[in-house]
Amino acid sequence: MTFPGSLDDTDAARAVRYAGAEPVPLWHADRDLRGVDAVILPGGFSYGDYLRCGAIARFSPVMAELVPAARSGLPVLGICNGFQILCEAHLLPGALTRNAGLRFITRDVRLTVANTDTPWTSGYALGQQLLVPLKSGEGAYTADPATLDELDRAGRVVVRYASSAPNGPAPNGPAPNGSARGIAGVCNEAGNVVGLMPHPEHAIDPLTGPSGDGLGFFASVLQAFAGADK
Amino acid sequence: MARVIVDVMLKPEIHDPQGEAVLSASRRLGFGGVTGVRQGKRFELEIDGAADSAALAAIEELARELLANPVIEEFTVSSG
Repeated sequence: MTFPGSLDDTDAARAVRYAGAEPVPLWHADRDLRGVDAVILPGGFSYGDYLRCGAIARFSPVMAELVPAARSGLPVLGICNGFQILCEAHLLPGALTRNAGLRFITRDVRLTVANTDTPWTSGYALGQQLLVPLKSGEGAYTADPATLDELDRAGRVVVRYASSAPNGPAPNGPAPNGSARGIAGVCNEAGNVVGLMPHPEHAIDPLTGPSGDGLGFFASVLQAFAGADK
Repeated sequence: MARVIVDVMLKPEIHDPQGEAVLSASRRLGFGGVTGVRQGKRFELEIDGAADSAALAAIEELARELLANPVIEEFTVSSG
């Protein structure tokens, strides 16, 4: 899904192709999901981050089609700005705020997979560590304590920032951007909508990224359709 | 024609690193008496007709829907 100012749609499409699926370009102004089996909202600076990141993209014509489809079970992945748009659209709880240290962070980060029941993470092992680029200025996940408790209780934290402690990753380690409880990504109640701040599409091949760890997001969702009649 | 002002601030419990940066800069400039800064947004809206209670109620809805993110922000509406 491309909005004015989207940046990482091309890389997301490439990741889809790498995983063996057919990427279909969706345009913000078209009320049309073109019959796709899953939707990715890519990273970037939709509408220049005007008002708030994702606040304007959330009202695009295409979102009028996406919201009911997501509520009906369509797999949706929001990466970075895409995560922000999903939160603004209330498809995911919480909000993303300015990084705690104010600096835009461009850094490969270690993540631990905390939920492998979503269509986007079913191909990973629980607790698996991923090395994926973080590339954002407003990536601090924020929610009130009741929401954070519910996310923990229901297992709806999908990926967490792993600490760089010498003894290994701490599941609740501090996030580089100040995200509450080290949360890098969450899902909705049904698990079909996932949002995360780091960029799995930039880690699909060690030739062009820090690892190939991110490819699993795009390969996992394919498994959901494996054997489905087309 | 009337003017309505919407002021949006982060909720008090939300960390405001921009406000902290402004505070640091203020103190570096010698304004040591400033002990805290929180940064928000002010929207000035021009509306048809008078800023009566119905108009203000409509603007409050606009503020809830668009101008502010109720997860992290609170707002006030006043006629200007």
